[in-house]
Amino acid sequence: MPALCRDCLTSFETGTRCPACRSPRVTAHPELFDLSIAHMDCDAFYASVEKRDNPELRDKPVIIGGGKRGVVSTACYIARIKGVRSAMPMFKALKLCPEAVVVKGRMEVYSEVSRQIRQMMEDMTPAIEPLSLDEAFLDLTGTQRLHGQPPAIMLARLVKRIQAELGITGSIGLSHNKFLAKMASDLDKPRGFSVIGKAETLDFLEARPVGVIWGLGDAGQRALADAGIRTIADLRRWERDALADRFGSQGLRLYDLARGIDHRRVARDRAVKSISNETTFSDDIADVSLLDGHIWRLSEKLSDRAKAKGLAGRTVTLKLKRNDFRLLTRRVTLPDGTQIADRIYRTARGLFDRMDHPKPYRLIGVGISDLLPAAEADREGDLLDPQEAARIAAEQATDKIRAKFGAEAILKGRALR
Amino acid sequence: MKLSIERATLLRAVSQAQSVVERRNTIPILANVLIEAEGDTVSFRATDLDIEVVDRAPAQVERAGATTVSAVTLHEIVRKLPDGALVSLTEDGAAGRLTVQAGRSTFQLATLPREDFPVMTATEYAANFSCAAPVLRRLFDKSKFAISTEETRYYLNGVYFHVSEGENGPVLRAVATDGHRLARIDAPLPDGAQEMPGVIVPRKTVGELRKLLDDDEAQIAVSVSETKIRFATPEITLTSKVIDGTFPDYTRVIPMGNTRLMEVDASDFAKAVDRVATVSSERSRAVKMQLDEDRLVLSVNAPDAGNAEEELAVAYGDEKLEIGFNAKYLLEIASQVDRENAVFLFSSPAEPTLMREGSDTSAIYVVMPMRV
Repeated sequence: MPALCRDCLTSFETGTRCPACRSPRVTAHPELFDLSIAHMDCDAFYASVEKRDNPELRDKPVIIGGGKRGVVSTACYIARIKGVRSAMPMFKALKLCPEAVVVKGRMEVYSEVSRQIRQMMEDMTPAIEPLSLDEAFLDLTGTQRLHGQPPAIMLARLVKRIQAELGITGSIGLSHNKFLAKMASDLDKPRGFSVIGKAETLDFLEARPVGVIWGLGDAGQRALADAGIRTIADLRRWERDALADRFGSQGLRLYDLARGIDHRRVARDRAVKSISNETTFSDDIADVSLLDGHIWRLSEKLSDRAKAKGLAGRTVTLKLKRNDFRLLTRRVTLPDGTQIADRIYRTARGLFDRMDHPKPYRLIGVGISDLLPAAEADREGDLLDPQEAARIAAEQATDKIRAKFGAEAILKGRALR
Repeated sequence: MKLSIERATLLRAVSQAQSVVERRNTIPILANVLIEAEGDTVSFRATDLDIEVVDRAPAQVERAGATTVSAVTLHEIVRKLPDGALVSLTEDGAAGRLTVQAGRSTFQLATLPREDFPVMTATEYAANFSCAAPVLRRLFDKSKFAISTEETRYYLNGVYFHVSEGENGPVLRAVATDGHRLARIDAPLPDGAQEMPGVIVPRKTVGELRKLLDDDEAQIAVSVSETKIRFATPEITLTSKVIDGTFPDYTRVIPMGNTRLMEVDASDFAKAVDRVATVSSERSRAVKMQLDEDRLVLSVNAPDAGNAEEELAVAYGDEKLEIGFNAKYLLEIASQVDRENAVFLFSSPAEPTLMREGSDTSAIYVVMPMRV
């Protein structure tokens, strides 16, 4: 059976240890060198970055999450042993693991590391579909001639390189489609390398609960349970038409997935439909000037992202969550698009001013949608606001200064509120 | 209540009323029309709480009374009845039903009590005057395209209707703008309008008002207060709240010193703009105007889609100029010109441009250029 040593990247035919370096980190599978769709998932990504940057944390349980009433965004493997999981409320996590070190996430650092990983992936294939900062699909079909190596070896090399150069570990799932690749990467974490071949696909899926189907949330699972479907085997007993009748187009998708069929392509850069930023406060805020400061900072962050992508939006959305968890969203469509922080801020602030105030809010968010290329936006001046052109010019000058001297080099007073 | 009315008369009255009613209503009574019969008149009253329309029609009233029924349903029924039919409306208070009967058709509609119908409170009007329908029609028709739809600038979501000083004395003026273009239309000041407070007439009211203005001979009674405006003909009374806000000082954005003058046949110009804009796939299509001695070149350059160019003979004697505009805005202002040539007055590629019809300053348009 073809086998691969993940430490020295030697490929061989027999044995559970590498004949070259005696490492036990061997992946063997009959289809190992024939499969080319992969899913790469970093292990406890945020926590790993924190441990890398602060060695004191290495042997301690680390939880990444915000504020005293936030949720766990990532828990390191030590914390996971105690039962801490992602999306768990922080107070619950700390009850399970009181000795945990809680670190407030540093998103800029994580996105920088993510960008570096992405860069390494780019060296292997252009067909990359990032799902988040720490995971992505890769399609290596047809790259063997280019690299002189089968995809499996290139993938083992990728995780090795990520670990060596960035100090982050990751797990690989290799299969013949996205659905199975994503499942595979989860089988052997951390530092895993799992393969689901064509031959074993049906057997592999048979006994699994439907919850393993990616994209099927609680509501979807409940709907299936109502129809008596709990495992993939249950699902397979349904006729195609019956599933379609009961669950619509989703039913057809389930019919295929239950048989390990997934024709979705690894799509490079799925078209972005909207860009948004939001923040949850550690204490509810009713003070308008404090909220105003948040609206500005969010608008600025949003604008930075839009500028980086060369996009602008015609619709500006303001989202507020009240302290009773009621979510309020207000949106307005501009005659032309914008990516300028000042315009996004003024529009969002206009939406804010049209609401009833003051009320304590726990969350605030700003977003743009109805996107268009930046070149087609911010081209129309405002008759009633002759200063606007000057403010836009000032913002563009500010952007240049920041590009040269860093984001902190120049700030609006409003950002300090 | 019991009355008979001719189908065509009923249809006209009900259709005006039902158009005010919002299609999606959370308050059931607002979907209804209030029918009141007394003497030899029946009136239909509908409201969305901001606008109220009362439409009166002659009818044979056998028994006076009042009730409310779904405006849309009543309108649909009457619309589908054969022309020339005599329609009877009979209210059975005990059953809570209104019977609509014509020929062999009988309909029974659920009613809601008239007491629940919100009638707009009466207002003391600061000014009452009479204005010929064509005058009001021109004021609003030529300005409404510039009304903003941006809800955050709610004070721009209507036409600013006020008294101002024109070149030859006081005028009745309508101004609308969305920040990208502006229309300012003047009419001679009618007697009694001097004391009128400036009000912002909401977009929906402008649309409803339009239906009162089709008759060239009609005189419209206009009443204005700080909070409401009323337009009335003998049959129809339209009362609307006005937008509670301050219209910006538009006078400072109208460029008075623009000297670079271009004169062009408005219809030829509009057609050429429309043609060249075809190649652009952008949401807001930018058209570049290049002006030289009596020559205008319109062009669109869309890197992904293609490019287009068209040359037009114009009267232009100033130095060379390159300026870009949103094609939609150019088309809209060019279509306001009815009789004479369009006269454009430019300043620079970054500053507002003024457009008027010939030398007529009673209707002027301002449009902001676009970076191309």
